[in-house]
Amino acid sequence: MPQVMDADRMSRALTRIAHEILERNRGTSDLALVGIRTRGVPLARRIARSLREINHEEIPTGSLDITLYRDDLMRHAVGPQPVVRRTEIPFSIDDQRILLVDDVLYTGRTIRSALDALIDFGRPRSIQLIVLVDRGHRELPIKADYVGKNLPTSLKQSVQVRLQEIDGEDEVLLDDPAPAGGASC
Amino acid sequence: MLKSRHLLGIADLEPAEITLILDTAEAMTEIAARPIKKVPALRGRTVVNLFFEPSTRTRMSFEVAEKRLSADTLSIAVAQSSVTKGETLLDTIRNLEAMSPDMIVMRHASSGAPHLLARLCRSVIINAGDGMHEHPTQALLDAYTIREHKKRFDGLKVAIVGDLMHSRVLRSNVQLLNKMGAQVWACAPATLMPAELARFGVRATTSIDEAVADADVIMMLRIQHERMHGHFIPSTREYFTLFGLTPARVARAKPDVIIMHPGPMNRGVEIDSDVADGPYSVILEQVTNGVAVRMAVLYLLAGQEAAPD
Repeated sequence: MPQVMDADRMSRALTRIAHEILERNRGTSDLALVGIRTRGVPLARRIARSLREINHEEIPTGSLDITLYRDDLMRHAVGPQPVVRRTEIPFSIDDQRILLVDDVLYTGRTIRSALDALIDFGRPRSIQLIVLVDRGHRELPIKADYVGKNLPTSLKQSVQVRLQEIDGEDEVLLDDPAPAGGASC
Repeated sequence: MLKSRHLLGIADLEPAEITLILDTAEAMTEIAARPIKKVPALRGRTVVNLFFEPSTRTRMSFEVAEKRLSADTLSIAVAQSSVTKGETLLDTIRNLEAMSPDMIVMRHASSGAPHLLARLCRSVIINAGDGMHEHPTQALLDAYTIREHKKRFDGLKVAIVGDLMHSRVLRSNVQLLNKMGAQVWACAPATLMPAELARFGVRATTSIDEAVADADVIMMLRIQHERMHGHFIPSTREYFTLFGLTPARVARAKPDVIIMHPGPMNRGVEIDSDVADGPYSVILEQVTNGVAVRMAVLYLLAGQEAAPD
């Protein structure tokens, strides 16, 4: 499976995103990170760490499970029913600038679910979207504010982000032709 | 993923399925702490709560769970239904089904009633208690509460004390706890001890002191006056003296014992008020956990619906 991003490039991309966040938001006041389960969560923690190293300030970080907000619960031709995991947002998101983090941006449906879920927790001042990989093929009018890598793909291909915390290794793989049900969203 | 389309009893569940339900319930608990206690998972689904027997806690718990998942709910109590006008159970359900509900949560005084309907109906059936047979969601919420406190089931001593004869809570709990590796001790007066208990690998005793000694969990069951057509106990006062859970008896259990009761409690009959309200009691936690567990069951079964039967 061809590798399109190795650990080094991933780490540089995340550091660059941290700098872009600081530049665009003029500091870290009122910022909070929310990672989308599963792989958005470690990515959010890494970005929080980068921000701390650059700016010496702690950014509140939470995790969001969007399973209960999906629009495909009853369409099980797609695959097995997803497991519901815990959402942990241990801070108020009211009037905060929320940085939503996911690994791959594809159809945009996950992000649509995440926006719905977030809004049930309060009224943030703004929501910005961070993704490690944007592979195109949007089905909804959603776009990322910070992108680690733009990766042109065909619909047949599958993009797999692997992270140290979960998979034991940092890399992004581009698989084609895709076996049924690749880990992309 | 659950194997069956319905939840009729613990008997049909495998340990991995029980763990999946408990894990899913754990994720659901957080929803109760949100400013908006609602997720859209079951939006557009219709759930009918069909209660042929009175119930407050279970019916409310299911209703809250359904509403938190955004399902449309309809609760029917027996007194208002046409059963009193002579309609058969099957006709009642067929008429309900003609309005195409997705799921039916059902309580009935006859053991096996939900099983009959599951065979004859298209809807997903959830058993909310059938006669003296099973009450699977109660056993699941009890298991959830035990797991939360003890972090395991393996090797736990669980004492179940009370009116065992008439208890579907006992029958569901015994099966679940056996599957998960706990050792169940059952205690009741000889008149209320079901003969089949030994087949389930339960240690039966008529001494509450023996049952609760070094117990990790004590589960008290209610004396079910409404099911007693005969003289099973001489008096509630004598029953309390011989089988009631008092602070002195709690002291015989493990220092970190938890006291459970599926409700409704008869204070001064099976349980002393000081125990019911005391530091070891997790009785109100059970009620809270009930909502999360029922949300988990509804969500997991909703995913099954599309499956051909």
